[in-house]
Amino acid sequence: MDNTNNTKPGLQLGSVGLRYLKEGGIYAVLFILLAVIIIQEPSFLSLRNLSNILTQSSVRIIIALGVAGLIVTQGTDLSAGRQVGLAAVVSASLLQSVDNVNKVFPDLGELPIIGVIIIVCSIGAVIGLINGIIVAYLKVTPFIATLGTMIIVYGVNSLYFDSIGASPVAGFDPRFSEFAQGFLRFGTFRLSYLTFYAIGAIIFMWILWNKTVFGKNIFAIGGNPEAAKVSGVNVPVTLLKIYALSGVFYGFGGMLEAGRIGSATNNLGFMYELDAIAACVVGGVSFAGGVGSIAGVVTGVLIFTVINYGMTYIGVSPYWQYIIKGSIIIFAVALDSMKYADKK
Amino acid sequence: MTDSKQNEYLLEMTGVDKSFPGVKALDQVNLKVRPHSIHALMGENGAGKSTLLKCLFGIYSKDAGDIRFLGKPVDFQSSKQALEAGVSMVHQELNQVKQRTVMDNIWLGRYPLKGLFVDHDKMYHDTKAVFDELDIDIDPKTKVESLSVSQMQMVEIAKAFSYNAKIVIMDEPTSSLTEKEVNHLFTIIRKLKERGCGIVYISHKMDEIFAICDEITILRDGQWVNTQPLEGLDMDQIIAMMVGRELTQRFPEKTNVPKETILEVNNLTALNQPSIQDINFELRKGEVLGIAGLVGAKRTDIVEALFGIRQRSEGSIKLHGKEVANKDAHEAIRNGFALVTEERRATGIYANLDITFNSLVANVESYREKSGLLSNKRMKSDTQWVIDSMSVKTPSHSTNIGSLSGGNQQKVIIGRWLLTGPEVLMLDEPTRGIDVGAKYEIYQLILELAKKDRGVIIISSEMPELLGITDRILVMSNGKVAGIVDTKETTQNEILNLASRYL
Repeated sequence: MDNTNNTKPGLQLGSVGLRYLKEGGIYAVLFILLAVIIIQEPSFLSLRNLSNILTQSSVRIIIALGVAGLIVTQGTDLSAGRQVGLAAVVSASLLQSVDNVNKVFPDLGELPIIGVIIIVCSIGAVIGLINGIIVAYLKVTPFIATLGTMIIVYGVNSLYFDSIGASPVAGFDPRFSEFAQGFLRFGTFRLSYLTFYAIGAIIFMWILWNKTVFGKNIFAIGGNPEAAKVSGVNVPVTLLKIYALSGVFYGFGGMLEAGRIGSATNNLGFMYELDAIAACVVGGVSFAGGVGSIAGVVTGVLIFTVINYGMTYIGVSPYWQYIIKGSIIIFAVALDSMKYADKK
Repeated sequence: MTDSKQNEYLLEMTGVDKSFPGVKALDQVNLKVRPHSIHALMGENGAGKSTLLKCLFGIYSKDAGDIRFLGKPVDFQSSKQALEAGVSMVHQELNQVKQRTVMDNIWLGRYPLKGLFVDHDKMYHDTKAVFDELDIDIDPKTKVESLSVSQMQMVEIAKAFSYNAKIVIMDEPTSSLTEKEVNHLFTIIRKLKERGCGIVYISHKMDEIFAICDEITILRDGQWVNTQPLEGLDMDQIIAMMVGRELTQRFPEKTNVPKETILEVNNLTALNQPSIQDINFELRKGEVLGIAGLVGAKRTDIVEALFGIRQRSEGSIKLHGKEVANKDAHEAIRNGFALVTEERRATGIYANLDITFNSLVANVESYREKSGLLSNKRMKSDTQWVIDSMSVKTPSHSTNIGSLSGGNQQKVIIGRWLLTGPEVLMLDEPTRGIDVGAKYEIYQLILELAKKDRGVIIISSEMPELLGITDRILVMSNGKVAGIVDTKETTQNEILNLASRYL
């Protein structure tokens, strides 16, 4: 609550300025970066680049949407990236072309794509459920719980990867390549199928967050777990569900990522969780819990992709990109915590 | 429809007993609430009011006694169950999801559905309907965090009402409200009464009790004292029933002598209002100064501002005539201030760490040797000093403080601050949640310190405590000093009157 009675005019002015900085500071920084990119390389503003940015954002959006729900409940998920990797390797090994001489399962016929989607999403759901059980019933903080499963999932994935030959799984069934790499053409503008899947995921999550009891409950749990409990929300079961759902999203994201890249190894997905968490946080999903919006998550991902793509486009060294990205994350979270800090 | 003759009472609690290890918290307590009535539940802090209610809501399980609601025996296991049966409580600390909207909060745990989805229209209209009925003017779609405390409280009451509550319990609902807000709250409470609810109203404010209550139940030291209609009672009779014992035996003899002024506070005003405004007082050597006031009178804010953990916009603090800034706690400690905070669990003890750590944490810099490492020998002897001089009952230095009783924890914390060699020791509700024996020891400690020429400031909600051990009492009312009285010449009545001066 803002009560500025009895404060001096100077202080008042200062606090107004501070408030604007808190609300809009992150966007100001990003616009400046964007402006620098465009001034350096005006050709950045092209439909082709827009199409590339949308395509690159799509899988990230799906992964970020998965983790966002967990952050809303005051949780997090370090295992997201490794789950993406597992789903990628599994789906790649199941969807190799029948005339690929290096096929890891030579006797395997053509599986329907939807069947593989169900398989990888089920694997994700199970891992998510395990995360949820550890968090909700064993009362392990989400950071530690998912740190553990992150390592375990990598181990499992590597064992599987070794057992199928320990070399990149490629040579996909053309249907799979089409599914992940296809696009619609509007003149010079290409809209990839991935973008549609991401839009589907966004709509699904938006409805879930805003229109269902489940969505409202995750916000209640994140905002004030005690209030949720005394109002009769089944907190552990709700946590189980949201963790399982996040696994489904990583599974689907991992499958798309394999198809998009055209091959998969056990190292695919490394550090994806950090990109996803960073995007959520920059998009206003608070680690304090109970705050966040789908639009914010999507904006967060787009911002990072634009910065990433744009800086690469104008030839900024990847090492400098790390430094800039890291600074943006800290800046965004500092603003976030200033907004919610209790002033004495 | 219930037969009014059959059910004279909505809620009957009879012969409720509850013991905790070493303490009998409730001894044959009764509470009977009629429909269409506002029932005051009064008693000093520690008299057993909240224990009784916790037994009702199933937070504690009662040892003996009978609870009937609408004539039928009930045994609620959780506040959710009680809520659904029609017994609800508006807490002093509001349990709300502040980041969400008003209507999200009201229907949390029972959202109306239309098919698979939450029916927002119905939620909105139902909320509106409840608000209209209770004359509450809040947009159901605003976020709770943007409401004032009184509005949040009204939302809680509306929530209770929307559960069709027959019994609504209010625990100090007016503690942080302005007079206008209090009047609005009273209108709402009377509306609940008209609709046949029984309201249990807990408050320390006599004028409020007389303004709206019909009946009164008084508890003292975990025992039921009396239940009777309020009509015909006056304030002194109620206080006599609440206190009901000789005050002198509970306190050590006062032999401290206040001397010259050591601390002068002028025009102390906090930056983030509502908080303290224009606080002036002085503290003398060897003096125990009490701070009295109702909950929400911002007593804690004074010591926080002095200790540098609450931002000031104005005001000066002079120690021995020299101005000190006390910009943060570290500086305040170096200047000779010490603060034993109110929330022992939250800001006092490190529950999972041992007595040694808990004793030394505020003073740890002084054990540094030339090498930069800490001196084990001196740390050990200082820990022993704390244990001896405070007579802390503990098996060893390495016992976790969390396993000690509240009184022993408090003694360690007071010892912690004495190690810093303070000139001004501030104690915020130092005896809250501590049994009578340990209280006496803490009073002894406080008076010993005064005798050693320290200045002591003590905040307390327990009137007898203030009257028993202080030399003067500063009475706060709504963030301002309502008066400073001499303890020997004042009465409980005078203090209560001062405390409601700026409401």
